[in-house]
Amino acid sequence: MIEAVVNTNLSADPLMSQTVNMAENQQSSSETVGAPFVELPKMAMRGVNVFYGEKQAIFDVSMDIGSNEVVAMIGPSGCGKSTFLRSLNRMNDTIDICRVEGSLQLEGQDIYHAKMDVVPLRARVGMVFQKPNPFPKSIYDNVAYGPRIHGLASRRGDLDEIVETSLKKAGLWNEVKDRLHQPGTGLSGGQQQRLCIARTIAVSPEVILMDEPCSALDPIATARIEELIAELSENFTIAIVTHSMQQAARVSKRTAYFHLGKLIEVNNTEKVFTNPDHELTEAYITGRFG
Amino acid sequence: MDNLHLDQHISQQFNTDLEELKTQLLEMGGVVEQQLSDAIAAIETADGDLAEKVLVIENEVDKREVALDEQAIAILARRQPAASDLRMVLMATKITRDLERIGDEAQKIAKMAIALNEEGESPVTYMMEDPRSISRVMNVMWALRSLERIGDHARNISEHIIFLVKGLDVRHISLKEMKRQVQENP
Repeated sequence: MIEAVVNTNLSADPLMSQTVNMAENQQSSSETVGAPFVELPKMAMRGVNVFYGEKQAIFDVSMDIGSNEVVAMIGPSGCGKSTFLRSLNRMNDTIDICRVEGSLQLEGQDIYHAKMDVVPLRARVGMVFQKPNPFPKSIYDNVAYGPRIHGLASRRGDLDEIVETSLKKAGLWNEVKDRLHQPGTGLSGGQQQRLCIARTIAVSPEVILMDEPCSALDPIATARIEELIAELSENFTIAIVTHSMQQAARVSKRTAYFHLGKLIEVNNTEKVFTNPDHELTEAYITGRFG
Repeated sequence: MDNLHLDQHISQQFNTDLEELKTQLLEMGGVVEQQLSDAIAAIETADGDLAEKVLVIENEVDKREVALDEQAIAILARRQPAASDLRMVLMATKITRDLERIGDEAQKIAKMAIALNEEGESPVTYMMEDPRSISRVMNVMWALRSLERIGDHARNISEHIIFLVKGLDVRHISLKEMKRQVQENP
């Protein structure tokens, strides 16, 4: 705890010292408290506003997602965490009335640039959804689908290898290796979700977005996915939206707390769950009236 | 501890659990406080009856320590407390340990008081009159040493409370540094 405080105070990073000042004025400022920025971010969002028609869902959100870190986004229903997550790979483009403002960058590239092609973008920034949604195809074809459409495998043998590697990384290989050509929809819920994760990682994404990936799963399947998240974080950058605070505490390195469309606080997960900087974060994670 | 808002959880049962823990802790503090002041009064006046009372209370303090730890473990297991609630539960177990140790020291002081009472006279007068009574005076010295240890436990408890209220770990640093950190985190 002391180390965190001392490090923050001694930090030479101008953005960090700015956030320290913000933390001191948290009552009067709507700015994010804590440490929303990191050195050499994988994704950098600045001044992001998201609107559904006239209604504004996200207000001036700025934060970074660091390479190979797991960032958890938490907050009450309707706080905008899923909306923000979906804006990170332009999933919101599919909603006509949705409008995104501000700067969202993936390794310095503007995600919303007119010349940005969303199909390769979504291969680089993959997504796993709340409900497992395997295609009505075989287990093999579910995983092979992405590499095929992105032209990642020229020969059948290459594709076999991608499918096997992806299923292994998703911790599903041993359970399905003898029935690769049976339908993916025949698997259990937890297996289906791991199949979806295998499908996502088959196209070698840099970032994986997870929108409540365990909320439809039982505790054992949930534990498997959480274990998988820890393993995947060695090779991938992961942003996860979750309703389960314990899950955020278990899997993430940093935690972002959203409230009414605003990003209230971003801090190391340990700090958030032992001594958060903002009273709204404290109220939420301790189950008090917010 | 009032600014910890223990009564504002959405779960009423959680409020009750934490309030109970707090009450148990405060009650135990009260018992140990009485035990210590009785022990000191007993040694001042070489009051054997009062000292016996201190020894009896010691059993109650031990029982309270066990009960409080049980309550804390139950909250950890059932509620997975976070932030100030987590600090409250963890520090309650630490504070109760220091309180129990203070009770142990009070018990030692009471035993010295009983020894002095059995000698039958005020120790200082005794020593002035007869150097051979120095061993008796050693009883008082031991009591002073117990008081010093109680001071250490009191400091520990203060550190636990700083962590509980502010989330700052101020153990093993100078008083000056402790003061600076506390002032910088209003």
